[in-house]
Amino acid sequence: MWADAGLVAGKDLRIELRSRVGVNQVVPFSLVVLVLFAFALNPDRGVLDRAAPGLFWVAVLLSSLLATQRSFAVEAADGNRDGLRMSGLDPAGLFLGKAAAVAAQLLLLEALLLVGITVLYGTTLRSFGLLALTCLLATVGLAGAGTVYGVMAFGLRVRETLLPLLVLPVLAPVLLAATRSFEAALAGAAGEATSWLGLLTAFAVLYVVVGLFGFGPLLEES
Amino acid sequence: MSLAVHLRSAVCLLGRFPALAGVDLDVRDGEVVLLAGPNGAGKTTLLRACAGLVPVVEGTAVVLGHDLRADRRPVRRLLGLVGHATSLYDDLSVADNVRFSVRARGGSSGAVAPALERLGLDGRLRDVPVARLSAGQRRRCTLAGLVACDPQLWLLDEPHAGLDPEGRDVVDRLVADAAARGRTVLLASHDLHRAAAVASRQVIIEAGTARKHLAGGPGAAPGAPVEQAAQHVG
Repeated sequence: MWADAGLVAGKDLRIELRSRVGVNQVVPFSLVVLVLFAFALNPDRGVLDRAAPGLFWVAVLLSSLLATQRSFAVEAADGNRDGLRMSGLDPAGLFLGKAAAVAAQLLLLEALLLVGITVLYGTTLRSFGLLALTCLLATVGLAGAGTVYGVMAFGLRVRETLLPLLVLPVLAPVLLAATRSFEAALAGAAGEATSWLGLLTAFAVLYVVVGLFGFGPLLEES
Repeated sequence: MSLAVHLRSAVCLLGRFPALAGVDLDVRDGEVVLLAGPNGAGKTTLLRACAGLVPVVEGTAVVLGHDLRADRRPVRRLLGLVGHATSLYDDLSVADNVRFSVRARGGSSGAVAPALERLGLDGRLRDVPVARLSAGQRRRCTLAGLVACDPQLWLLDEPHAGLDPEGRDVVDRLVADAAARGRTVLLASHDLHRAAAVASRQVIIEAGTARKHLAGGPGAAPGAPVEQAAQHVG
């Protein structure tokens, strides 16, 4: 399983490096989202500073949709879905590999967005350990759930429009918990983040387990 | 000699349409069997059913000792399917695509270079992204993946399509070499003159069933198998 996961993750990341879709489209998209929020809200930096955690995670959430859609778009092209099923790869390894590749891209994006909110919103970053833990747990949840719902919509012609409808409501707990935990980190009140970190952990574990056991049957039915 | 493929009254549905309506087919280990028949007869569905991609809903379907009605997945690692689509990643190079196919099946990357050379994709082409290849080169790349993996059962759906004459000759040599190594080959083709020359037997598929089994191959009477098959294809 682990070898298959590494193979799939390596393949997906190599495709992203060569296609540059992440660099040329996903990163600019997420930065544009941050800029548009800055325009939409009162330019008073105090408002932006207070709203920064929520805006950060909304930008990450929307970008995760793009990354997930991209992850399955390359598998839908030119009969690759059959190729994937014929490959003999362990379905659990396939899930882990695809989710890991999405997670790696999201973590890089989050690092850039942290710089973005610091520059655009004047946010002062504190409690880097808590910030990193929040980002890690939320990213695992986003990538896990995105990959589960991505394979659900995989074989459908309307997958591009269906995926956001399926996945956005499901990701609401991640958005809420990550935002609250992020706020606690920025306020330097790590104790207030405990329950939110617990929610993020539970969500991440739930969707990783669902993906490990459900990805194979879902791929067969897609 | 054991059977690589054993189908009895096999039925496959595409939606509600019976794409295979009770096929009987036995293919022995090491045989090269040509599936001939008109468009829509069920050749592609038959190959995809053998590959475990289309479920067999009635009858018996055993491929390489695996009962496809019980579980379609385990057999896939033992066979290779070259279908109408090339199943390649556009942004990866030729070598990377073949390497991924081989490593996904637990094979060695050492098999990649000889396979690329065999298909004429060595040299500068090996590092070219697949998106920049012509249709014929893409098909060669898919075939290179099959050669590098060298599965027990080769399922080839119109393997000559899109290839230049030299490429078609390469396919014929690949099939002949695979058979010589004891691999089983099931191929569907409309290029009957060419395919019948490498096949040991022909099966005419019509309306989702196997209508006739004809002798074939280089040892058969010259032209006879092709003409017989051509009558059925129209």
